[in-house]
Amino acid sequence: MEWVNAVIQGTLLGGLYALLATGLSLAFGVMRLVNLAHGDLNILAAYLALVVVTATGANPLVGLVAVVPVMMVIGFLLQRVLLNFALGGGVLPPVLVTFGIAVVVQNVLLDVFSADSQGLDAGPLENASVTLTDQISVGFFPLLTLLVAVGVLLGLQFVVSRTQLGRALRATSDDTEAARIVGIDHRRLYSIAMAISLGTVAVAGVFLGIRTTFGPSDGPQRLIFAFESVIIGGLGSLWGTLVGGVALGVAQAVGNQVNPAYQALAGHLLFLAVLAFRPSGLFARRTARQV
Amino acid sequence: MSNEANERRIVEAVLGRPLDRRDFLRLTGYAGATAGLGAFLAACQPSGGTPAPTATTGPAATAGATATAVPTGRAIKIGYVSPTTGPLAGFGEADEYILAGANAAFAGGVDIGGTLHPIQILAKDSQSDPNRAAEVAGDLILQDGIDLMLVASTPETTNPVSDQAEANQVPCISTVAPWQPYFFGRQKDPANPVPFEWTYHFFWGLEDIIAVFLDMWSQVDTNKQVGGLFPNDGDGNAWGDPVLGFPPPLAAAGYTIHDPGRYENLSSDFSAQIGAFKTASAEIVTGVPIPPDFTTFWNQAKQQGFTPKIASIGKALLFPASVEALGTNGEGDALSSEVWWSPSHPFSSSLTGQTAKDLADGYTAATSKQWTQPIGFGHALFELASDVLKRTTDIENKATIRDALKVTVLDTIVGRVDWTGGVPFPNISKTPLVGGQWGRGTTFPYDLVIVSNKDHPEIPKAGQLRPIGG
Repeated sequence: MEWVNAVIQGTLLGGLYALLATGLSLAFGVMRLVNLAHGDLNILAAYLALVVVTATGANPLVGLVAVVPVMMVIGFLLQRVLLNFALGGGVLPPVLVTFGIAVVVQNVLLDVFSADSQGLDAGPLENASVTLTDQISVGFFPLLTLLVAVGVLLGLQFVVSRTQLGRALRATSDDTEAARIVGIDHRRLYSIAMAISLGTVAVAGVFLGIRTTFGPSDGPQRLIFAFESVIIGGLGSLWGTLVGGVALGVAQAVGNQVNPAYQALAGHLLFLAVLAFRPSGLFARRTARQV
Repeated sequence: MSNEANERRIVEAVLGRPLDRRDFLRLTGYAGATAGLGAFLAACQPSGGTPAPTATTGPAATAGATATAVPTGRAIKIGYVSPTTGPLAGFGEADEYILAGANAAFAGGVDIGGTLHPIQILAKDSQSDPNRAAEVAGDLILQDGIDLMLVASTPETTNPVSDQAEANQVPCISTVAPWQPYFFGRQKDPANPVPFEWTYHFFWGLEDIIAVFLDMWSQVDTNKQVGGLFPNDGDGNAWGDPVLGFPPPLAAAGYTIHDPGRYENLSSDFSAQIGAFKTASAEIVTGVPIPPDFTTFWNQAKQQGFTPKIASIGKALLFPASVEALGTNGEGDALSSEVWWSPSHPFSSSLTGQTAKDLADGYTAATSKQWTQPIGFGHALFELASDVLKRTTDIENKATIRDALKVTVLDTIVGRVDWTGGVPFPNISKTPLVGGQWGRGTTFPYDLVIVSNKDHPEIPKAGQLRPIGG
């Protein structure tokens, strides 16, 4: 029975990892940009939510209404005034720039909010659960996280496959030069993609902040799991990201059940196994060039 | 200091608004300037209470002083290393306040062998990184040529800095790390420990925290089944060690500990541990998780219907901010932790005469934040520095500083520090440890109430341990 519970809790945990990884996957899919500041931007979103919650007294989930647009604007501007200039000169410059952003974000957060750990309080929802058997309870909040992750991915899928913007994104992702020939302003498109990416990061940050506490220096460790989800699922594949997140969550929960020392290790082993036997990820074959 | 309160009132009147943190730091950060201002303001105010420390001019203004006839020597440099950024930054958060207080106290210089020496404190950030800590310690010793090293907070900071000091033969005082990881962690062969020559440490040890937790648990009726939450880091391995850690003394006291194993820090899922604790029907949880992990664990425990009567947690529940972060609906109520220092400790500073309460209140006044435990220990480091320097016979000879340090017996704001006893080891002086429980507060959301003082009855107890939810 513990094993069933481990798989259930791992699946729910996968929802959070998928939320975290979606933005990273999108940025890589469209711009081939490895955003090392992703984890720190995620923490930044949690802090923004904290500011909104403190100022208005609203539930952090309601606070998303404010945090998501703000993060989208930040993403748009970041791409417009900084990252666009780093793209096109090889793989290294954008990586270095995002690394710089990560350092800046961490230190600004430390300076403004101090090193105190902070949390977002979503009220009774946080601890509520439905008891299935004596050994298995499903928390409402982890379930909500997974559902929101699926919702965000459905929304993105719709944008990418059904809208003019999505066609432009896919075209740019497939062949930037050709897309430019037919009149797509790829730099503007990149900015929009980054805005969407940070919009999903904002959702992930708020859910992370409710689930646990956060501090200014937590970003890099969150980034690792997002990276692993993306790699396991397949670089640039949206649904692969969900599968990757869930696979990582289940691997960790099952590993934890064997021995708590194997929790992180089980995730890393799965990640290495995927890299070794299926380097392009579980879902890469069909969707490698898609967003 | 009552003078500071006076100054503050006057400055506020001049500004026409209450002092904020920025103002405070600007004022106290430049000790010389503050002292000058203090003297000026004191002159303006004939009934200004005690004339003492602020009336003495700072080294910068010595030229204009009329009071001192003592010859002035070279500036004495004190190095201070602590983590103010990175994951351990919570420990260094009060540093600005502590340094401002120390600078103000040292503003008149320190009399060493009949010569008045100005004091210069060089503070460096370890960035929560042991390698960085060693690097800044090396810089302080080799480039700045410091006379005395002070270092605080976690073995990750104290050990590399102390090692540098030991290697370069600079006297060093450290604190805020249990003595076992400090002492044994720095030994080549921990089985045959060799005392250190230049480096001295004051804090409590693992045996104290076990005694405190056992005393707290004895106050509530439980089935004596304990769940252990020990991460795979220095603290977790020490606490969970089957020979030297929690298990033997707990077993001796009739408790059964259920330890599912070491987990990695920043874990996202504790369902396995919670399942194991439920199966064992544990009514007590203990361990040394980092704050985010305890929050994840505690939320998940509630979701999974695991409700222990007692949660005595080291590290994660040290700072009020971490307890508040658990939630605003009383989620942090009745959780318990070890207490190394609090405003109700009956000690006062040998440097400024402040009581523990004065020092904590000063921090709240300066920063609008609740007191934290490292404040007392940070201050005590500078008390010891001052005491050691005053007893040094020849300041140009570091060995004499070390000799003065070796025989230190001083009543500080954290209790008596005494390196002459040699117990448990010559370089270690143990300070008192008591147990506390978080309860709903008056000014701040949660207050820490002392509920266990078995080995240190001089520290007043303010209640009994309450079961969680009871």
